[in-house]
Amino acid sequence: MSLLSKTAAELADLLAAGETTSVALTQAYLDRIAEVDTHLHAFLHVDAEGALAQAAASDARRAAGELLSPLDGVPIAVKDVLATSGLPTTCGSKILEGWIPPYDATVVARLKAAGLPILGKTNMDEFAMGSSTEHSAYGPTRNPWDTDRIPGGSGGGSAAAIAASEAPLAIGTDTGGSIRQPGAVTGTVGVKPTYGGISRYGLVAMANSLDQAGPVTRSVLDAALLHEVIGGHDPKDSTSIDQPLPALVAAARQGASGDLTGVRIGVISELRGEGYQPGVEQRFDEAVALLTQAGAEVVEVSCPSFTHALAAYYLIMPSEASSNLARFDAMRYGLRVLPDGVADPSAEEVMRATRDAGFGDEVKRRIILGTYALSSGYYDAYYGQAQKVRTLISRDFEAAFAKADVLVSPTAPTTAFKIGEKLDDPLAMYLNDVATIPANLAGVPGISVPAGLAPEDGLPVGFQVLAPALADDRLYRVGAALEALLEKQWGGSLLSQVPEVTA
Amino acid sequence: MPDITRDEVRHLADLARIELDDAELDHLAPQLSVILESIASIADVAAADIPPTSHALPLTNVFRDDVVEPCLTAEQALAGAPAVEDQRFSVPRILGDEQ
Repeated sequence: MSLLSKTAAELADLLAAGETTSVALTQAYLDRIAEVDTHLHAFLHVDAEGALAQAAASDARRAAGELLSPLDGVPIAVKDVLATSGLPTTCGSKILEGWIPPYDATVVARLKAAGLPILGKTNMDEFAMGSSTEHSAYGPTRNPWDTDRIPGGSGGGSAAAIAASEAPLAIGTDTGGSIRQPGAVTGTVGVKPTYGGISRYGLVAMANSLDQAGPVTRSVLDAALLHEVIGGHDPKDSTSIDQPLPALVAAARQGASGDLTGVRIGVISELRGEGYQPGVEQRFDEAVALLTQAGAEVVEVSCPSFTHALAAYYLIMPSEASSNLARFDAMRYGLRVLPDGVADPSAEEVMRATRDAGFGDEVKRRIILGTYALSSGYYDAYYGQAQKVRTLISRDFEAAFAKADVLVSPTAPTTAFKIGEKLDDPLAMYLNDVATIPANLAGVPGISVPAGLAPEDGLPVGFQVLAPALADDRLYRVGAALEALLEKQWGGSLLSQVPEVTA
Repeated sequence: MPDITRDEVRHLADLARIELDDAELDHLAPQLSVILESIASIADVAAADIPPTSHALPLTNVFRDDVVEPCLTAEQALAGAPAVEDQRFSVPRILGDEQ
């Protein structure tokens, strides 16, 4: 366990010092996956052979003094929504079962170019639609803190893999909270970068104006290291920001000193109170008090339009999803199902039968909802209004960032709930993202950092930090400061308290 | 805003090219009603003069130089296809008898 409980930054140091090799490390994680993943189901596909070959290549580069990046040789897991050449990419859906992309997503290409062995693909809610990973067509992932509970979603596989030490690093994607909310409920770190900060080329789109890939890690510094590997301009994504990233690793190192003198922190009044579990609020308040002691100036800010963010999101996201998922038409890739009892069916009949068999309930709900919101007669009342609310939310952020350098809130209103508890109650499921959605609508970056365990149930609580667009460095400074201050109190990382995984 | 009926759900699924059987309609229609009810409040939130936002950050058109770059081979592009014939995607008939 000693290697497996280390951060990626520590592993990179061990590799540099010659105290371990990438092959040894990669094998240790593969062994760990073999040991615990039958209980957790964080992975949909494990590529032992490929990962070990990439690790051997990394060791050879190190011997030759030709390292590709600071994380060269540190293995990683990738959410199954990113195209990986030669490895299955299913998006947690039956409609893509067995599909092997002929190309790499830019994020994956950059991981390979930086020398990170890819351990496998992680489980997720189908097409990233969900907050619990229960909507995966291949069965749920379990939370390492309590295997009867959800690991969050949609990126529950990546978050659980980190929390259970099945990988030192992982990639997630966040459309309404799918990196940050799993981070909160598994005691891991998750970052949704500024929209456009990380290429979406090869990321199978749910809602393309909201989707953003990002790091899922054990520590804030690890997230910054990974963000610098995968981020930056990509000509293959027309929404990619054509500017260099801010200095993220430097910001994380500065923050780790624990000094926040002069930093203005805004507590968002609308993202607490009713619906927030007492233990979540308690850990949040304690964290804010710690930041104050570290020299930050804390102010209360109001973002009145945030109360409408969930409604706006559940119009905009399904609208975009309904058109994006039209590409699954049973013609060029993926599943093709012939309708029962129809001789010589037409392409349209085949498409209907395929989409019925290939999509799960949540995907169907969202496609139908989006089709409704975009249909004539309802467009102005629903989609048009939601777009206006999006403007109001951006204005709220602008006003708040005039008063504070970063904004903070609990990441999720509750700790991890039981598997099955909200599966057939879509609205209850959607409420998990109430605090994370505003950032996606406005395109601003956010991080979730572990804030401790809720006293009433002993489960992890997440602390969210939001920054203005392009100022992702502020997330890392404040996140690393909070992490350092809390770990001093705990005497180690929160993940060192994860119980041993059993069935 | 109107409640969503079972027939409307059937029609929308049809527009979205998803075949739903009766059991699925019974299951999904009431859930969709509950979701729509919860988001109906949005109709009165924003004043008429608020501009809509389709993208959080300003979008500009992106061009690249008009030069040949490596791309997928025909074999790669067809590799995931449900059916292939003569180096092409093979699809079910797209026209009916009357056409």
